Amino acid sequence: MEMRGIFAAELDRMMEQDERIVVIDADLAKANGTLLLREKYPDRAFDVGVAEQNMASIAAGLASYGFIPFITSFCPFATRRICDQIAVSIAYASQNVKIVGSDPGISAELNGGTHMSVEDLGIMRAIPSMTVFEPVDGIQLKKAMPQIIEHNGPVYLRLFRKKRPRILAEDYEFNLSRADILQAGSDVTIAASGIMVEEALKARAVLKGQGIEAEVINVHTLKPLDSETILKSVVKTGCIVTAENHNIIGGLRSAVAEAVAENFPVPLRSVGIQDVFGEVGRLGELKEIFGLTAENIAAKAQEAIAAKNSQRTGGKQK
Amino acid sequence: MIKDRAFFEAKSSEIRRLTVQCIGDLGVGHLGGCLSVVDVLTVLYYAVMNVDPKNPHMEGRDRLVLSKGHAGPALYSILADKGFFPKEELSTLNRAGTNLPSHCDMLRTPGVDMTTGALGQGFSCAVGIAIGSKIKKDNATIYAVIGDGESQEGQIWEAAMYASHRKLDNLIAFTDYNRLQIDGPTAEINSLGDLAAKWTSFGWFVQRIDGHDHLAILEAVQKAKADNQGRPSMIILDTVKGKGVSFIEEAGVNNHNMPITQEQVQIALEELS
Repeated sequence: MEMRGIFAAELDRMMEQDERIVVIDADLAKANGTLLLREKYPDRAFDVGVAEQNMASIAAGLASYGFIPFITSFCPFATRRICDQIAVSIAYASQNVKIVGSDPGISAELNGGTHMSVEDLGIMRAIPSMTVFEPVDGIQLKKAMPQIIEHNGPVYLRLFRKKRPRILAEDYEFNLSRADILQAGSDVTIAASGIMVEEALKARAVLKGQGIEAEVINVHTLKPLDSETILKSVVKTGCIVTAENHNIIGGLRSAVAEAVAENFPVPLRSVGIQDVFGEVGRLGELKEIFGLTAENIAAKAQEAIAAKNSQRTGGKQK
Repeated sequence: MIKDRAFFEAKSSEIRRLTVQCIGDLGVGHLGGCLSVVDVLTVLYYAVMNVDPKNPHMEGRDRLVLSKGHAGPALYSILADKGFFPKEELSTLNRAGTNLPSHCDMLRTPGVDMTTGALGQGFSCAVGIAIGSKIKKDNATIYAVIGDGESQEGQIWEAAMYASHRKLDNLIAFTDYNRLQIDGPTAEINSLGDLAAKWTSFGWFVQRIDGHDHLAILEAVQKAKADNQGRPSMIILDTVKGKGVSFIEEAGVNNHNMPITQEQVQIALEELS
């Protein structure tokens, strides 16, 4: 099932039980799978047209009236286009609004650079009180939805809307504030998010063939960051690689670097969009163009390990 | 109490005195835009709105969104006078740790229904509140006050279009048309053109009145409720920025955020007494 289908089905299920939930679209209800909700909930699922600023502030008004609005658009229009409305109407006013951006980073594919959010995580992470979450697969999305609603405060849900390969098991236990250690390892930590988790797992297999044991962590919640899990891992492995479908500035690399540098500095290498804008292409092509690949993660892991070893050798020579 | 012209004029003078005094305590503030909205806020809070100072979060209450959030001190003076919080608190305006910041903050001030200050946003929030009231069918009326300078924000017109589309006849908005903005006269900076025609063409029930005539304001609100024919209402208020205090009115475009000395406060209080 596509991620948007799961998203809409979960909303449907929860709207049935909880009259506070409202869904507002800005002319992308078809793209985001939320269009069907309008038949069943004509009062609580509606479209404001191509007016994202209005959507965000209307949602804040509804939240002040006791509702829990979900607002949806593509990632760039759900974040950078309306970051002042999110900052002031929603976050500063402490309104319980859930912001859903779809097509993160290169997954905007043929819509190209204008629709590719390389900065949304940086924007949303810097807004006080914002929770920032990117599910890795449909199982995680489904399990996250009740926790997102239960959380009393603004949440940014960065949603890949098409099909994702299954990463997690059906009986997996989800905790919004706890990163998932998907595979244990002792030589290097790979912290990945979104579509890069799949690449990280492939990189782990490549590295295993070279005699390297990588620990793979799915960092689904970028803020608040589960630094405890990450720090425990780097204390064990001594080096870390981050992998994200976002600019290397402001997103996962930055969040991990902040946590590691302040608490337990270790060599860090990163895979991500190298401070450039996106462009048109199919997902596979864009992964190659921007270096968002398992091969690149494996190469960066080798670099991180080499840096760790050279530091340790340096230490012995003193 | 009879809510006649004498009552409103006395009450508005009292609110103006409190407003000038609390800004004067600090020595600087948004005097012009506060004084221009005192009369409409007086009519709303003393003769129209269903609110309870003892229960600021009362369900089904009428709400006001002061979208031109910098007029906060005028609203605070009214809320204090009505007993939402002690009048002594007015002297804490804009001091660190206060519950009365320059721009309205619903988390800090009892009786403030929406956080505003980033222009254009509060008006959209009011539209959201009006939709919320429609969903809950609680028959509340939602009031919003926007500035003329604020009307240059694109978000105002996004909200205008949508409120009309949704037939939000429970939304009554006012434009404080004082013709001045920070950088100069509105007509010179970015002219609003035929404002009434704009709102009419967006599908609103539009009235235009003297924004300092209390009875005209009261009558316009009653008309907005009775004659809206399923439309949201815009009442354009012709106002004077700094109204009621000669030297502030005369400062014109410089009265948006102006300094005021203790001597000037005394002059203002005498004129307002």
